[in-house]
Amino acid sequence: MEGIEKIKEAAALAVPDARIEIVNSTPAAQQPSLLVDREHVHAVAKFFKEDPRFQMDFCSCVTGVDYLPKADKPGFIEVVYHLYSVTQREGPIILKVRTPRELDQCRVPSLTPLWRGCEFQEREAFDLYGVKFDGHPDLRRILMWDEFTDHPMRKDYVPPADYEWEPTPHDETLQRAVQAGGIMPPTAIEELEKAKKK
Amino acid sequence: MAVDEGLKSELQKQGIFVLPFEQLYNWGRKSSIWPLQFGLACCAIEMIASAASRYDLARFGAEVFRATPRQADLMIVAGTVTKKMAPQVVRLYNQMPEPKYCIAMGACAISGGPFKDGYNVLKGIDRYIPVDVHIPGCPPRPEALIHAIMTLQRKIANQHLEKENRLRWYDKNSETEFLIPSYGEHDLQPPVNRDVWQPPRNYRSVTLDEVKKA
Repeated sequence: MEGIEKIKEAAALAVPDARIEIVNSTPAAQQPSLLVDREHVHAVAKFFKEDPRFQMDFCSCVTGVDYLPKADKPGFIEVVYHLYSVTQREGPIILKVRTPRELDQCRVPSLTPLWRGCEFQEREAFDLYGVKFDGHPDLRRILMWDEFTDHPMRKDYVPPADYEWEPTPHDETLQRAVQAGGIMPPTAIEELEKAKKK
Repeated sequence: MAVDEGLKSELQKQGIFVLPFEQLYNWGRKSSIWPLQFGLACCAIEMIASAASRYDLARFGAEVFRATPRQADLMIVAGTVTKKMAPQVVRLYNQMPEPKYCIAMGACAISGGPFKDGYNVLKGIDRYIPVDVHIPGCPPRPEALIHAIMTLQRKIANQHLEKENRLRWYDKNSETEFLIPSYGEHDLQPPVNRDVWQPPRNYRSVTLDEVKKA
C-alpha cells in the first residue's frame, strides 16, 4: 500500500467535496490517520471499501476518544475506525471523525451499512461515549442497562458515590470516600492521626 | 444430649449409632451439597477444575452441579458481579429452595476486587444476599474452594433446627425472598440492601477537614 499522502490524494480525487486532513497520532503509534468531515466520511469509507486499489473489506475496530475543552479550543469526541484489507493483506487505514461533545449534537454517520461488523462496536461507542450513529440499524446500549443515562467513558463522568465503607482507602479513593461520608477502618484513622502529630 | 460417651462408643462397635436427630439431619445435608451450576468470570474456571478429576469435589459430596436453582442448595458466586448481572444473581438465589447457602468465591465476588472503583462492578455480592463463606484470591486455587466447602460443612454441622438460635428458614415468619435491585439511571436501586449488609460498626467516618489537616 502507498504512503498516507497518496491515500489521501486518491480519496480526495474520488470524493472531491470531502475535507480530508492527515493527523499524526501519538508518536508511539507511528500511524498517521485521515481526519474526514462528518458529511463525507461515509463516501470516503465506501471508496476505500470498493476501490480495487484498496479493497478495505474489514473494519477491525471502532472506538471513541473524548477530548475535553481547553482554554482556546472547544472539546470534541473523535470516532476512530481501523480498516484492513484481508484480500490484499494490507492495512490499517485509520479514519477519524470529530463531533461536538454536547449530547444533542454528538452524532456521526454510521458505517454499519458498509461493514456489518461495526454494528456492536458502534453500539459500544454509543453506550460509553454517547455518540449517535445516523443510519445504524439497531442503536441501543450494549454493555450498560437500558435505563442507564450516563456515558461512563467520557472524561467528565462522575461515578456513583458508593464509598460508605472503604477498608483500605488511599489517594483518590480516600478523597472520594471522605466526601461521600464513608466509614474508615481504625487503621486508616490511626494513620490520619499519626500524620497530624507530625 | 445426655448419652454416656462410653456407652455410645460401645454401641457403635455393635453397629448401633445413638445421636440427636439434629446431628443426623445436619450430617445428611452437609454430605450432599448440590451447587448451582453457574459461573460469572475466571473464578468459574477454578470451580470447574475443583469439580474435575484432579481435585474431585465428589470426595466432599458436592459434585452434582445442578443447572437449575430449584435443585440446588449452594450458590457459588464465582467471579465478578457486574451491576447489570447482580439482579439476576439475587433472583437465582431467591429461586433456590431453603435450606440454602452461598459461597462468595474470589476477590471480585467478596469486594469488587481490582474493579472495585469501577462504575459497573458491584462491591461484593454480600450487599444483596447473605454470604456464608468468603474466599479471597484472584482467582482462589481449587484447594481454597475445597477448604470453603469444608468450612461450610462444619458450619452446617453446627446449625440448630429449633430454639432461639435456629436458622432463618425454620422461622415461619421470616422473610424468604431477598430484595432484587432494579436498574436505576446512575446505579442499582437501592445500591445496597441494608437488611443484609451494614458497614462494620466499630468504624467511623472521617471529615474532609481531618484529611486536609493530615
